[in-house]
Amino acid sequence: MSKTRTNIMVCGGTGCLASDSEKVAKNLELIIKARGYEEEAKVIQTGCFGFCEQGPIVKIEPDNVFYVRVGPKDAKDIVDEHIVKGRKVERLLYKEPHHNKKIGKQEDMEFYKKQLRIALRNCGLINPEDIYEYIALGGYEALGKALTQMSRDEVVKEVKESGLRGRGGGGFPTGVKWEITKSQESEVKFIICNADEGDPGAFMDRSILEGDPHSVIEAMAIGGYAIGADKGIVYIRAEYPLAISRLKTAIKQSRELGLLGKNIFDSDFSFDIDIKFGAGAFVCGEETALINSCEGKRGEPDFKPPFPAQEGYWGHPTNVNNVETFANIPPIITKGSEWFSSIGTEKSKGTKVFALAGKINNVGLVEVPMGTTLREIIFDIGGGIQGGKKFKAVQTGGPSGGVITEEYLDTPIDYDSLLSIGSMMGSGGMIVMDETDNMVNIAKFYLEFTMDEACGKCAAGRIGTKRLYEILNKITSGKATMADLDALKQLSYMVKGSSLCGLCQTAPNPIISTMKHFWDEYLAFIKDVDHSQGEGEYDGAKNKDNLMLKA
Amino acid sequence: MKSLTKPQAISVTKPVSEELPKEKFDELEEFIDNMETTKGALIEILHKAQNIFGYLPRDVQLYIARKLGIPGAEVFGVVSFYSYFTTKPNGKHTISVCMGTACFVRGADKIIERLKEKLEVESNEITEDGLFTLKDVRCVGACGLAPVVMVDDKVFGRVKEEDLDDIIEAYRS
Repeated sequence: MSKTRTNIMVCGGTGCLASDSEKVAKNLELIIKARGYEEEAKVIQTGCFGFCEQGPIVKIEPDNVFYVRVGPKDAKDIVDEHIVKGRKVERLLYKEPHHNKKIGKQEDMEFYKKQLRIALRNCGLINPEDIYEYIALGGYEALGKALTQMSRDEVVKEVKESGLRGRGGGGFPTGVKWEITKSQESEVKFIICNADEGDPGAFMDRSILEGDPHSVIEAMAIGGYAIGADKGIVYIRAEYPLAISRLKTAIKQSRELGLLGKNIFDSDFSFDIDIKFGAGAFVCGEETALINSCEGKRGEPDFKPPFPAQEGYWGHPTNVNNVETFANIPPIITKGSEWFSSIGTEKSKGTKVFALAGKINNVGLVEVPMGTTLREIIFDIGGGIQGGKKFKAVQTGGPSGGVITEEYLDTPIDYDSLLSIGSMMGSGGMIVMDETDNMVNIAKFYLEFTMDEACGKCAAGRIGTKRLYEILNKITSGKATMADLDALKQLSYMVKGSSLCGLCQTAPNPIISTMKHFWDEYLAFIKDVDHSQGEGEYDGAKNKDNLMLKA
Repeated sequence: MKSLTKPQAISVTKPVSEELPKEKFDELEEFIDNMETTKGALIEILHKAQNIFGYLPRDVQLYIARKLGIPGAEVFGVVSFYSYFTTKPNGKHTISVCMGTACFVRGADKIIERLKEKLEVESNEITEDGLFTLKDVRCVGACGLAPVVMVDDKVFGRVKEEDLDDIIEAYRS
């Protein structure tokens, strides 16, 4: 072992790299060397710490001091003051916005206090390019346990009893999915990791792959063992170069140590993983579309049934799970389903990672137990609204979700409660909007996205989303009448009811929910409404009922 | 698996031209010939081809189709489906404006409008001098820095409308 006494952890996530964290790390290394401390202090590039708003992040271990917004020029002070003299660099400490106090320790920060990290457990803690660091923190223990002490049925049972549900958005129980794929009689089966994160503003899957790629590899091997697949595929966006390169490194290291390959842990189980690249299509997050894309074809969805578990990749039974779902598997196997199911709400167990963004003070990646309220996430962890403005709404579920207003902020969130208030969990994007945001424009923004991304296979999705967008455009350019609002609403429900797959079935959700909660903002654009009477006075209340506009 | 196929052993004429030199076709051919199987590999091959040529013009698509023994329409169907593939050449520098939701609510729509005015192009178009391609892209994942503009691989965060001139000028020289 080296005699390193201090580790300097520099965030190497995409967000921090974009603000020069690479240069920070280089400067730190150079100055440490110049001062002759290279034996004692080591610079490590980690995965995402999650606190992207304050990046680049530098954390000194074991002193447990957390520096924020560190620039390349600050490297000198960190080395000279902290490493050499043992004094904290006050000016780089995080300042809590509401009481102006400087905070040095990560666990004292409001941003981290209410978080519970299971899927992100190693992000920011280890060097993702060193398999031994993952192993040192209990990595591959779960795979060893599954292969040497558990039968296939026991693995499936453990996952089923944990209550883990798919984190990609659907919320289907993972254990049940595994059970169905396992029960198929076939020589050849596949397990696929869906890393085609398409929701604009969500980046949890990328951060996990960048910060802790081995947890996904380990989980895929466990899943492969459970369902009887010897081949895994990671389907990842080509736009994630860093995640791809770290994943490749991790797969190579696992092969070298025999954790992928033939007869893993001297069992009769062999498993290997391939990477397939997406090419920028939101619809490929849908499992049947994803499988078509893996086969090199247009990523259009197919009718279900048959489900991928029955007929998937090249016609073989295939199990598709999301990155975050996989990241939860190793701790479930080592700590047991009872531990996992003790966290969360009755029907949604464990934690959920959210990408908190928009008009909020602390943009970043947060992981909280299911059942945490939106108010806690936005105001305690997220530090409230930027610039002291007023909260207006939060959009969860990305382009498939809806807006949630102030009155629902105290709802404990899980899969079912979000659906009941007109939104959905989705992959975990959480966009906060303040009083200056116009909600019709937000709906139009999402529809432009789904219109572009609709694959064109079904008429409802192909034509419907385009017409919805056109009507929204007419509204925001001030040319629409009340009849257009009526058409917008009717068409929304029509597209919702008749589209082939999840993408377009949920595409009208941003319209439906903004019409429900922000009707006045739609009215303000309409030309045949007499605005001089003030919004409250408008006799459209009667008109609304006539046109069956109330949701 | 037994059902996997080997690459087509047929010889295919390379539609070489000034913009599409022979060496680039040779590189692509070598890549395809060295694949264990070409079954299901079309997207992978297109990624490689775009990497080599910078874009996927009609002749390159047809070359790949003949090489794999599949209809050209199938290749074009895949190319046109995915936003990552482009059939037009790019400018010397690519200016990408993140149009993810986080950037949108922090004003990315105004940023791209200004850029369109300044560069006198629409999205996915190349400037007259061939220097810049303007692109609207989905979430680059630096939401903490929203709104984000990327020039090639360099990320500019928390961009304001008045910063744009400086950013463009830095790449003009």
